[in-house]
Amino acid sequence: MSMDMVGLEHWSLARPELFLAVATALLLLYGVLRGEVATTFVSIATSIALIITAVLLFVPYREGTAFAQLFITDRLTTTMKALVLISSAIAILMSRAFFEHAKAWRFEYPLVVSLSTLGMMLMISANDLMSLYVGLELQSLALYVIAAFQRDSVRSTEAGIKYFVLGSVASGMLLFGASLIYGFCGSTAFVQISQALLAGKAAEIGTTIGMVFVVAGLAFKIAAVPFHMWTPDVYEGAPTPVTAFFAVAPKIAALSLLVSVLMGPFKPLFPQWQQIIVAAAVLSMGWGAFAALRQPNIKRLMAYSSIANVGYVLLGVAAGTERGIQSVVFFLAIYMVMNLGTFAVILLMKRRNVMVENISDLAGLGRSHPMLALSMMIMMFSLAGIPPLAGFWGKLYVFMAAVEAKLFWPAVLGVLASVVASYYYVRIVKVMYFDESEEAIDPSFSGMNRAVALVSALLVALFSLLPQPLSAIAAAAAKGLFP
Amino acid sequence: MASWPILSVVTFLPLVGALFCLVVQGPKEAVDRNCRSAALITSLVTFLVSLLLWVHFDPTKAGFQFEEKVAWIPALNIGYHMGIDGISLFFVLLSTLLTAICVLASWEAVQTRVKEYMVAFLVLETFMVGMFCALDLALFYVFFEGVLIPMFLIIGVWGGKRRVYAAFKFFLYTLLGSVLMLLAIIAIYWQAGTSDLPTVMEQMQLPFQWQFWLWLAFFASFAVKVPMWPVHTWLPDAHVEAPTAGSVILAGVLLKMGGYGFIRYSVTLFPEATQYFAPLIFGLSVVAVIYTSLVALVQEDMKKLIAYSSVAHMGLVTLGIYIMNMQGVQGSIFQMLSHGVVSAALFLCVGVIYDRMHTREIDAYGGLVHRMPRYAFVFMFFTLASIGLPGLSGFVGEFLVLLGAFKINTWVTFLATTGLIWGAAYALWLYRKIIFGELTKASLKAILDMNRREVAVFLPLVLITLWMGIYPNSFLDPMAPAVDKLIGDYNAAIKLAHTASLR
Repeated sequence: MSMDMVGLEHWSLARPELFLAVATALLLLYGVLRGEVATTFVSIATSIALIITAVLLFVPYREGTAFAQLFITDRLTTTMKALVLISSAIAILMSRAFFEHAKAWRFEYPLVVSLSTLGMMLMISANDLMSLYVGLELQSLALYVIAAFQRDSVRSTEAGIKYFVLGSVASGMLLFGASLIYGFCGSTAFVQISQALLAGKAAEIGTTIGMVFVVAGLAFKIAAVPFHMWTPDVYEGAPTPVTAFFAVAPKIAALSLLVSVLMGPFKPLFPQWQQIIVAAAVLSMGWGAFAALRQPNIKRLMAYSSIANVGYVLLGVAAGTERGIQSVVFFLAIYMVMNLGTFAVILLMKRRNVMVENISDLAGLGRSHPMLALSMMIMMFSLAGIPPLAGFWGKLYVFMAAVEAKLFWPAVLGVLASVVASYYYVRIVKVMYFDESEEAIDPSFSGMNRAVALVSALLVALFSLLPQPLSAIAAAAAKGLFP
Repeated sequence: MASWPILSVVTFLPLVGALFCLVVQGPKEAVDRNCRSAALITSLVTFLVSLLLWVHFDPTKAGFQFEEKVAWIPALNIGYHMGIDGISLFFVLLSTLLTAICVLASWEAVQTRVKEYMVAFLVLETFMVGMFCALDLALFYVFFEGVLIPMFLIIGVWGGKRRVYAAFKFFLYTLLGSVLMLLAIIAIYWQAGTSDLPTVMEQMQLPFQWQFWLWLAFFASFAVKVPMWPVHTWLPDAHVEAPTAGSVILAGVLLKMGGYGFIRYSVTLFPEATQYFAPLIFGLSVVAVIYTSLVALVQEDMKKLIAYSSVAHMGLVTLGIYIMNMQGVQGSIFQMLSHGVVSAALFLCVGVIYDRMHTREIDAYGGLVHRMPRYAFVFMFFTLASIGLPGLSGFVGEFLVLLGAFKINTWVTFLATTGLIWGAAYALWLYRKIIFGELTKASLKAILDMNRREVAVFLPLVLITLWMGIYPNSFLDPMAPAVDKLIGDYNAAIKLAHTASLR
């Protein structure tokens, strides 16, 4: 405990977070002083800062708890943070062309993204219901702002308000659940909650009710059915780069939080929460598959796709085993690449100087821009889970975990839902390759996004050659939870 | 025995050609020409390399040969394990041969997006060959399912009027079947702790309850692929809409993936369930043989007629596999190989006149013998091979299957044999309507006979059909030890289960 008094140990564990906070503050200062002209510099600098933060996570790698057990770092949190940081950095880089075109290229955008990423890092590292809530709110408030970032657009503003109102309700539920847990367990610290539960000191019913509220609040954040209603509207209304960001980083962060809450303090309640998570998983997979079948808008389609994908991740969580958590990390890493690549293409959908977002607008892309169409096709088949693409492996790991945990029926329903969902992914391929168009979209305005699409497609297509490293990383991350 | 990884070379060589096609740049004419040549050269070289397999193959051994084993995901015991035995050897050869023929047959027929077309075919070849060589369940699934991507594009981009419908139907039908098999593979994996097929075969003793469900899951996948009645409805649509070469690969190789899957996986891994479900298969096969033959009789579209005849022929194949005796299984495999060559050739025959007249309506033709004697000969040759004329390849397989079936159940044999009569009826009827009669239709007056390239396409197929019909032992001998072992293992497992239940 002597180290605790000096406090240096704490600061060094939270070094990446501190670096990001300071860098964001400095860049904010710079942006305020220089004004709009600094936007491009600030955005690139923010991306670099995010990447440096990701490097700091590993060089040197540290494990432990800090700040009176409020904060924890281990393999799982570090891996998840790395995923979040990479996806935030790429999301910022991809946003420039869109916002410049929309005349909304302001330096606040990358900084707000960076702040919300900071919130995500804190919530991933939360080891106490208090730090959980603080991190979650930092993240959410920043997300509400960027959902409404295109303030001249009615749709964007509406998306921001909608997200804010519903998000507040979810936060309220989570807070209420946290207070119940505190009441019945006598502590907000994860370690003490689980000790109280194991020792039989906590009133199990009350704690379970509290846990249900917390899970419901988190289910809202990850958009799992039945707390998904906001997703399609917000995805559609928010500016597309924001949607791209929403689809990846916050999902990873919230799912990581869900894992650490369920596998940490609430592990003794496994039989109780497993039912909830299985139900949410099956409903999400099913609803995400069926609801998007006739969806013409590609952003809404991706919203349903993300709901379905969250369902698969939850299936891995529901297994509650080391394999299950491994599959979660594995799936999320692949999901990140697929989604960033897909949104890179969606961000290139411009025709006659207007951004378009209907699937039918992709018609003829196979002919006019073969490489871009090929990238998108690879991404779509991968999202549909067709081997040998990366998305198949993600699903394989999840189903392996589910079958190992004897979740046979959820697994069967899951694969059947994936067949249904494959219809709408493959429909995009059909539009690009089978349909002809008078005038295909003109994606020439952003080299950055084309590069992201191409690189993601390469990663996804060649993943089968070397699945071992990612598998090992995911296994190491999961191992920490099962000492 | 070759010291280099010959199976991997055969499997992945086509990808090299595909990569070349992808990166080649220049004016459209030049790109098209280069891609065609690159695809032809690649597929021919692949075929020649695959012939080396036959040359070096030891026909006295029952086990797997040319094995290659590399750790893929070591932590999970999933490996890249390739190898072939007498059963898979000829399917590999069939795949490489038909791909080369398809490229040649599409030389002039495909004018749009030649580059993508050739890439799709070469990628398809990799998946097909890989599927027949894979000795790891996960690897097998990757190849098995990967086929969907190029085939979906081939039907959808270069197909006929209702290509979108057909492509989706094909894709969703087969995917639905396969995902259940994926779960079964995972279940086997957890039982055996590895996905390595030879290890699984040796170690796994599943209780009947498990075999029951797992067999059904594999059945869902393979029955759709074969396709068995009543899940065959995707096939006529896919065949009719696919471009000629697409139909050739569909009928020639893709259907065999189902039959091969039954032999390699269902029968070997779940012997008790196989015995239990055999009557079901007999029933479905007999229905397929009779019902689809009758349906074929009333078709107005040539491709549809041949598609239905494929279902009927594959009915004999499934029947033969589940008879589980030497004649039945060997006959099935032979029938698959023969059907692979003959039905592919029949689709190519349709392609020849389709390229000229752009219609597949049977009524649009008649009296072609007057203008196209060479074509009439080739078409007659393959029609007779399809009917099962002794001396041609079709006879051997059908005869062996019926011979094997007669030992088990005479009624099943009787009903299945009627299929041969129906087969003769619709095939000869088709031939008469198209080739014989007076050449009255004005549109046909100027039709030209086959050119040299088309003759080159058919010549190897004619020779192989004759070879298979006259001296089938070249093909039956190498597969005999493997089939013998298959049946021996099966009977041993059944006996073991029987004594266990008596105890």
